[in-house]
Amino acid sequence: MIQPAMPKSWYAPTKPHKFCPGCGHGIALKALGEAIDELNIQNRTVFGCDIGCSLLAWNFFAVDSTQTHHGRTTPVMVGIKRSRPDLLCVGYMGDGGGYSIGSQHLLNSAIRDEKVTLILINNTNYAMTGGQLAPTTLPGQKTETTPYGRDVTKTGYPTKGPEMLAAITADGAYIARATVAKYRQLRTFMKRALQNQMEGNGFSFLEVLSTCPTNWRTNAAQTWDFLEDQMEAYFPVGELKSPFGKGEK
Amino acid sequence: MVEKPITGSRKAFMTGNEIVTWAALASGADIMFGYPITPQNEVMHYWTRLAPRFGREFLQTEDEISAGFTVCGAVQAGRKAFTATAGPGNVLMQEPFGMAEAMRLPVVAVIQQRGGPSSGTVVYSQQEVTLTAYGGNGEGHRIVYSVATHQEIFDYVIKAFNTAWTYRFPTFVLGDGYQAKMREPLELYDPAERGIQLVPPTPLVGLPGAIGEDREPQHLCNIYSLEEELYDAVLRLEKDYQAMAPLVVEWQEKNCDHAELIVVSHGVVSRAADDAVQALRQEGVRAGFFRPVTLRPFPQQQLREALRRSGAGRLLVAESSQGQLLRLLRQELYGERVPIDALLMPGVGIVDEDIIAKVKSIL
Ligand SMILES: Cc1ncc(C[n+]2csc(CCOP(=O)(O)OP(=O)(O)O)c2C)c(N)n1
Ligand code: SF4
Ligand SMILES: [Mg+2]
Repeated sequence: MIQPAMPKSWYAPTKPHKFCPGCGHGIALKALGEAIDELNIQNRTVFGCDIGCSLLAWNFFAVDSTQTHHGRTTPVMVGIKRSRPDLLCVGYMGDGGGYSIGSQHLLNSAIRDEKVTLILINNTNYAMTGGQLAPTTLPGQKTETTPYGRDVTKTGYPTKGPEMLAAITADGAYIARATVAKYRQLRTFMKRALQNQMEGNGFSFLEVLSTCPTNWRTNAAQTWDFLEDQMEAYFPVGELKSPFGKGEK
Repeated sequence: MVEKPITGSRKAFMTGNEIVTWAALASGADIMFGYPITPQNEVMHYWTRLAPRFGREFLQTEDEISAGFTVCGAVQAGRKAFTATAGPGNVLMQEPFGMAEAMRLPVVAVIQQRGGPSSGTVVYSQQEVTLTAYGGNGEGHRIVYSVATHQEIFDYVIKAFNTAWTYRFPTFVLGDGYQAKMREPLELYDPAERGIQLVPPTPLVGLPGAIGEDREPQHLCNIYSLEEELYDAVLRLEKDYQAMAPLVVEWQEKNCDHAELIVVSHGVVSRAADDAVQALRQEGVRAGFFRPVTLRPFPQQQLREALRRSGAGRLLVAESSQGQLLRLLRQELYGERVPIDALLMPGVGIVDEDIIAKVKSIL
């Protein structure tokens, strides 16, 4: 049987992976795997995952990996990086983990210009716990804790993480938003987010717009429409801050 | 006029989480603050669907620290507020629960225990006994009801609001993932129809009247300059707590007459223990059953009396943790000479056969 090519840095015994069919996590992790391969950093990368659907990636890569607590991946990665600056620390988290419970860590690590790479999967909900409101839930979107739709007068507007981080980080930070719908761009941004840490330029952050058909309760076409039409309209894709020249849109 | 959530009484077949919601509505809870965590999520799911119908509020906070502190704020404002959590969320809430202990805030929290340490499992355990009863940097001035049936979930959530607002100590209903997720028949009722008076909430801030004319300003605090000031404050808490303890302590005792051995358990495990003791009695084995319903305050006097009356020479503790109830027992029974055996199964369920086999291996 012919299998699709797998990045060398993927851990083959744990494939096929455990994400739901149609989930964007797998695409983001493929881009990350290919970026690790291309930069040839498999042996000095440490991958840290949050509690959320990202936890399903705890043994996804053939790189040293550690699972943390919900929202706490950032400080664990900072602790490793500060102790072993030669290692490349990649924190992988959801929008709940990064923008809600872990937001103080995200904000303060960005302000301190920690030399880590953080990848945040924006799927507009708390997927692992069954589809509740996330900071990124779109106005009017129904979730398990907004059964009548997100009311922005009560819960505010969706968090725009990269925009916020771009405003508070020093020059040398790399801040971008990609989407699993544009794979080549996603892979390029992944690579730059890693390269920026390798060069010691500064804090690196990549938000990835992703899909969650299970909790959105969408079929394939509806899933893609929601990602490309509704999410991209609210969350513009592109590089907001990059030491590698003019931001790519 | 907003309708009553429950009029009269009616039979229902529900999950534990759904019952928590109905009980909180029936208790007159005004607002829930929460953060998603399994196995508690459906409390919020039902609450967000039902609350608007009855003029109640909900806020999903950014984490459990915030959920706990928003509850502290809401009760200071004189609203009946509550939260529900589990595992790592219970850990994070210990900071606000500590503030509630120190400042006598009638915080109500439902804890659906899951496996630990760390993220553990999302399924079940009885590993949050120590945390719920004694978490925080204080002396455990809390009330903890450990429930065993779906009827009790309904009864004790209602009771928890009343206890909290009567005595002003943080009050917990300790359940677990099994009880949260399984369905069981029960009777929902309007507390008024059972003669249960709902204790009205009273505010600590935003009081009526002009400051300096009608009243003094409120200055609520939880930090002291001197060791002696704190010492006095803790002694006051302890005195009030000890005065309250006999009024809220609850336990269940069955088949203890002439028992050779008494099985001590709490929560859902006590159902297995009850079945096991009945089966053993039918076989002629003189086993007895004792269950603390309040883990804090602990019914230590009652257990000592059960020992004395029965003449039982042994105790067996059965629990889904590595000895959290056992430690409580050792502390509460200090001075008794009775040997304590233990069936400790951290994070997994215990059924009657487990207990029967253990008892037979001892006697
Ligand atoms: C302290 C704490 N609170 C809550 C949880 C429960 N929990 C596990 S995953 C999760 C949400 C995950 O959502 P997100 O971070 O958006 O990741 P996704 O599953 O959507 O990829 C929550 C609330 C936990 N494990 N620990
Ligand atoms: S629940 Fe959603 S985010 Fe989680 S694996 Fe399934 S599709 Fe992906
Ligand atoms: Mg998410």
